[in-house]
Amino acid sequence: MENLYPAPATRAEVQLYSLGESAVVVQFGDAIKRHTHHEVQALSAYLDAHPFPGFVEYVPAFTTVTVYYNPLEITRSPEASPYESVAETLRHMLWQAVTEAEPSASHVIEVPVCYGGKFGPDLAFVASHAHLSPEEVVALHTQPEYLVYMIGFAPGFPYLGGMSEQLVVPRKDKPRLKVPAGSVGIAGKQTGVYSIQTPGGWQLIGRTPLNLFTPHGETPSLLKAGDYIRFVSITEREYERTQQHES
Amino acid sequence: MSLSIISPGLLTTIQDLGRRGYRKEGVPTSGAMDTVALRVANLLVGNAESTAGIEITFLGPKIRFETDHLLALTGADLRPTLNGEAVKMNRPIAVRKGSVLAFSGLRIGSRAYLALSGGLATPLVLGSQATYLRASIGGLGGRAFKTGDVVPVAGMTEWGRQIWQALLATHPGRAWAQAAWTPDPRLYPTPHDTPHVRAIRGQEYDLFSEQSQRDFWQQEFIVTSDSDRMGYRLQGPMLVQREPSEVLSSAVAFGTIQVPNEGHPIALLADHQTTGGYPRIAQVIAADFSCLAQVPLGRKIRFREISLSEAQDLYFRQEQRMTEIKQALQFKLHHL
Repeated sequence: MENLYPAPATRAEVQLYSLGESAVVVQFGDAIKRHTHHEVQALSAYLDAHPFPGFVEYVPAFTTVTVYYNPLEITRSPEASPYESVAETLRHMLWQAVTEAEPSASHVIEVPVCYGGKFGPDLAFVASHAHLSPEEVVALHTQPEYLVYMIGFAPGFPYLGGMSEQLVVPRKDKPRLKVPAGSVGIAGKQTGVYSIQTPGGWQLIGRTPLNLFTPHGETPSLLKAGDYIRFVSITEREYERTQQHES
Repeated sequence: MSLSIISPGLLTTIQDLGRRGYRKEGVPTSGAMDTVALRVANLLVGNAESTAGIEITFLGPKIRFETDHLLALTGADLRPTLNGEAVKMNRPIAVRKGSVLAFSGLRIGSRAYLALSGGLATPLVLGSQATYLRASIGGLGGRAFKTGDVVPVAGMTEWGRQIWQALLATHPGRAWAQAAWTPDPRLYPTPHDTPHVRAIRGQEYDLFSEQSQRDFWQQEFIVTSDSDRMGYRLQGPMLVQREPSEVLSSAVAFGTIQVPNEGHPIALLADHQTTGGYPRIAQVIAADFSCLAQVPLGRKIRFREISLSEAQDLYFRQEQRMTEIKQALQFKLHHL
């Protein structure tokens, strides 16, 4: 199979460092790039398939994969510390991960959003800030396939890449004390969906009736790193019909 | 079988050793803030160390036992009482049904742990009974205890019942009885008055000015009142970067000390978000997590720098001592 990714272990910018006594961070670069994201995904997939003794879990992010382990369960030679042993294991994995990496079929999840009105109280502000009509904001926001770079900040909360530069808008001066789950917002160059009710300072342009976090499922987060999503504009009526969460 | 909550205390929640495997989906581990204290409490009543118990914060609840129970209290000393009489920390205590546990005020530390033989009968959510308040999951309906709550308990294990009988055999007619002994206090951390918390340099340590690096290790920081189970907000000298820089969000851990742009550090704790986007100046060592978790609000702490290899050794020594406690308790509990 064609190797899509250059071997990261051969590249100077791959760094390994500790996060305390029970985690190693593998850093593939220092900027948000699709290429770096693919390396993050390749190591994540490899760890799913080949957990090592003492492995606990991993967290993929924009440029890093953080690997948590139990220092008491790491097999190691007497002269190597748990950190050194895990770092060594991961260095080997980097080679393997890249040679075994298969480009995963891009999985596009449609996220219905009711824009504006009571669900998107800041749509008018975003439109006037961007010198656009609200309809144009919705058109621009529903156009791209957004890449889920990582899940963080809150359970099931996706960090998305791919928003139109025209929609860049500062966050609110004063954060709201309660942003309802499902709210779709913009802050700076980022757009995202609040997965649980939480305080927040993003400009809210709409709301999805989907649950992004379902604590009783086997996979609690609707989205995972590496997925793509597309927002689809729906009416308030369609919203009410498909609503999964409490309003 | 249950406990009745007569009054809830300030923040009383069900916690175990936390969720594993869901951090990549943004779900924090949660679990006990002072895991060593919860583990010791469980060992004292013959439970597995990971059994769910009750975390009690600053101001204790008032709890009536609706069945006979074997319990232990560890961590912060909140001056516990049973039916109005003082009871001791860090030992197994047998209570008859109807007994009331209360607390007369914080003496030292900030979080006490109540373990019950057999544990609590609340459902697992994502593999754990730990309460995570922000997403309202785990524990008792995802929330802290309220007045009038009925907390389901699993009931004493067979071994727990034997210990219970042995303790009360020497005190017939009494409503409760406690063991006369306690594990060697040198074997586990107990809250103390002048917390020195050891830490290793964080990945972004070098981004901070030399003055800020010095201040971090030499000055005191106050744990402010807007701290919670997610993290301690610390007030002390402003920590500034040499030049403004942007750090991409990436995973963090219990004990990570990150510094938002306004210059006041945050020490992340059990309910911390899985990822953070602020520069990390330091990482508290695992052997001092208990010490950190027991610092009361308003108290000052000081950080002391050590190396990763020292930190690893200290962690192994702590776990070695836990093994010693476990062995000593197994012997003691079998020979009551």
